[in-house]
Amino acid sequence: MYILTLLAKRLVISAFLLLAVSALIFAGTEVLPGDVAQSILGQSATPEALANLRRDMGLNEPALARYFSWLGGIAQGDLGTALTNGSDIADAIGKRLYNTVFLASVAAVVAVPLAIGLGLLAVRFKNLWPDKLISGTTLALISLPEFFIGYLMIYFVAVKLGWFPSVATVYESMTFTERLSAVALPAATLTFVVLAHMMRMTRATILNVMQSAYIETAELKGLSAFRVIAKHALPNAIAPIVNVVMLNLAYLVVGVVVVEVIFVYPGMGQYLVDHVSKRDVPVVQACGLIFAAFYIGLNMVADIVAIVANPRIRHPR
Amino acid sequence: MTDSLQHLGKLVNSGKLDRRTFMKRAAAMGASVAFSNGLLSSSAMAADPVKGGLLKLGSSGGGSTDSLDPALAASAVPLFNNHSWGDLLVDIADDGGIEHRLAEEYGASADAKTWTFKIRKGVEFHNGKTLTPEDVVATLKRHSGEESKSGALGVMRSIDTLKIDGDNVVVGLKDANADLPFLMSDYHLMIQPDGGNDDPTAAIGTGPYKMVVNEPGVRHGYEKNANDWHPNRGHADQIEILVINDDTARVAALQSGQVHMIERVPPKIVELVERIPGVEIKSTPGRGHYVFIMHTDTAPFENNDLRLALKYAMNRQEMVDKILFGYGSLGNDIPINAAYPYFSADVEQRSYDPDKAAFHYKKSGHSGSVVMRTSENSFPGAVDAAQLFQQSCSASGIKLEVKREPNDGYWSEVWNKQPFCTSYWGGRPTQDQMYSTAYLSTADWNDTRFKNAEFDNMLLAARGELDETKRKQIYADMGSIVHNDGGLICPMFNDWVEGVASAVGGWTPNPNQAMMNGQALSQCWLKA
Repeated sequence: MYILTLLAKRLVISAFLLLAVSALIFAGTEVLPGDVAQSILGQSATPEALANLRRDMGLNEPALARYFSWLGGIAQGDLGTALTNGSDIADAIGKRLYNTVFLASVAAVVAVPLAIGLGLLAVRFKNLWPDKLISGTTLALISLPEFFIGYLMIYFVAVKLGWFPSVATVYESMTFTERLSAVALPAATLTFVVLAHMMRMTRATILNVMQSAYIETAELKGLSAFRVIAKHALPNAIAPIVNVVMLNLAYLVVGVVVVEVIFVYPGMGQYLVDHVSKRDVPVVQACGLIFAAFYIGLNMVADIVAIVANPRIRHPR
Repeated sequence: MTDSLQHLGKLVNSGKLDRRTFMKRAAAMGASVAFSNGLLSSSAMAADPVKGGLLKLGSSGGGSTDSLDPALAASAVPLFNNHSWGDLLVDIADDGGIEHRLAEEYGASADAKTWTFKIRKGVEFHNGKTLTPEDVVATLKRHSGEESKSGALGVMRSIDTLKIDGDNVVVGLKDANADLPFLMSDYHLMIQPDGGNDDPTAAIGTGPYKMVVNEPGVRHGYEKNANDWHPNRGHADQIEILVINDDTARVAALQSGQVHMIERVPPKIVELVERIPGVEIKSTPGRGHYVFIMHTDTAPFENNDLRLALKYAMNRQEMVDKILFGYGSLGNDIPINAAYPYFSADVEQRSYDPDKAAFHYKKSGHSGSVVMRTSENSFPGAVDAAQLFQQSCSASGIKLEVKREPNDGYWSEVWNKQPFCTSYWGGRPTQDQMYSTAYLSTADWNDTRFKNAEFDNMLLAARGELDETKRKQIYADMGSIVHNDGGLICPMFNDWVEGVASAVGGWTPNPNQAMMNGQALSQCWLKA
């Protein structure tokens, strides 16, 4: 019963956090110089045209009223229309978000098990050559800028070997395998970028747990080294690992604009950047809110996993 | 001039005239060597087009904010889109002259104030509607309303009346203008059913391809328009424009065969791209130029000696060699080059002269440093160019302070606001249009604040002058005024540099816009 109240609390806190972020986003775009009408009409704006447009768009209403009508629209799934090309934002974002989540999922499905597996291996062979090799390679990969890894992938895998396309444009009419082949290179690049962080964290937390007395007991019982790590150390180290994994998943969703540009992938990042440069405020607000929701949501999942996994949080004395 | 040139070209190709005589006669008609050469090769090398296939273009200059409304097009991808689904009344031919599109014929009254365009019959829009003069008038009206946000609004302001007379559209002008057909070739003025008033973003026109996929900032897919009125275009069954803004990714896509042609190969890597098997570099001299612009009404640049000092301190050859890597030509501090009709080489080429620069600098009495603003996106290589300029200035004792500005907001906060900055111009089809856009005292985009009443009068006089010799002379005189008094330092004209797979046939250079004036997709084909 206690655990349910704890979870409910987390949910309520997250909802409030999201509300606060929405207010911040709205306030942030509100204090920008010039208003939406000004940015639509641009340099050629006449005072009459500005006044007309402001009236039509309801910009003469107080900011608070506009904030609540914007929020109300979002609650009903109405994100408004883009200023630049008049398209429905929810429609456009829907496709882009699907693409972004698809790419992030493919990268995560490869990266998360790989990172944790490599972390476990590194612990098993602590300070021996496999540990050094794994740490060295992953740290080297995280140190290279992602655009450079991207270009290397394009040059060797796409141009020289011709295994996968360098242009990762995905269409609705593509089959699942076609999509997988299209995102192979960007997913691989992202995997390399997030690998080291998760791997190092797994290694560090498990090594920490390995100091405990009960691990010594397990070893004295004669269990194999890998079994001790996977069965006894990992469950107790899960909370910080999940935290890092979630942070990296959030990064895969909100921070991959460079990779999107290099591989011409139609995701959220490029969509946001295009609209920021054109001062398309409604789209920027919508994207900001969605990114915030992902961050908050994934962090909430990390917290919940930590609560469920750790008896000390579940049953506080 | 154009028709007779084309006639000469045909004579050469049928063997009735040798190349040497052709070049001589063409030169006598005032065509530059580069252009006559282009004309000759384009007609001489024409082969039979191959039908079918999917032709793909990778292009920068696209974003998810792009609209399909032709009036709002302002970058490369919307330009290519317009030319794929739409048609203009007239367009710019490969030799820089006029090519008929939806206007079968046109003519002017003796005072060049009334122009008549005869609208082609039996042309169908993609939605099955037949093209009428009413559609043409509605289109032109939509672009000229005061509320219009059309990129062609400046062009349309000179129009006074639009009337229909049978199959003709009669355009009445406020002032005489001998260049009206060139104005009608503005790439925003795609003829739409009912002028696009019902749905400006429908992408329905009379063009060679029908749009089937529209994902702004990602790709635009087309199928062949089976009812196309033009017999010799639209060779591929399907075409696709892929938006690839990253330079390296664009070249890699061409190299790995995912696209057949790419717009804009950065000059820095042309040499590397040329070595790729199965890929050709197409370099076309155009009218685009990179500029260093000073406000002639703002201190310290209101002093013409300081302007001359900076002009003489510019090493133009070094700019062409190091910034354009040779893919361009020398500028002469006027916005006009040999790609324009009525160009005259009378204005002497200004060259790098540190002594003259020092002389004028001393005479100007200016002391301290001169601030110039630049940014990465003001033109490719602008920051490097600014540093080269700084060095060549210091040889004459001029202290140039280069202030680097962020890309974001450069066009709204720096260009046309700050008194000295770097920028670029894409060029216009005629001298009149180029000068009217940026050098007339009252022009919106007069980015050098050049105000010269004599120049303005000459511009208006040339506009209504139907005598070609007189017109050419007026333009030459205007050129010298800008060359000597203007606030423009124009070190170089850049070529269009594009990459095309050897599997593509039918490429012809066109100086007007990138990718064969935006028509590479409908005029090229995939070799069998």
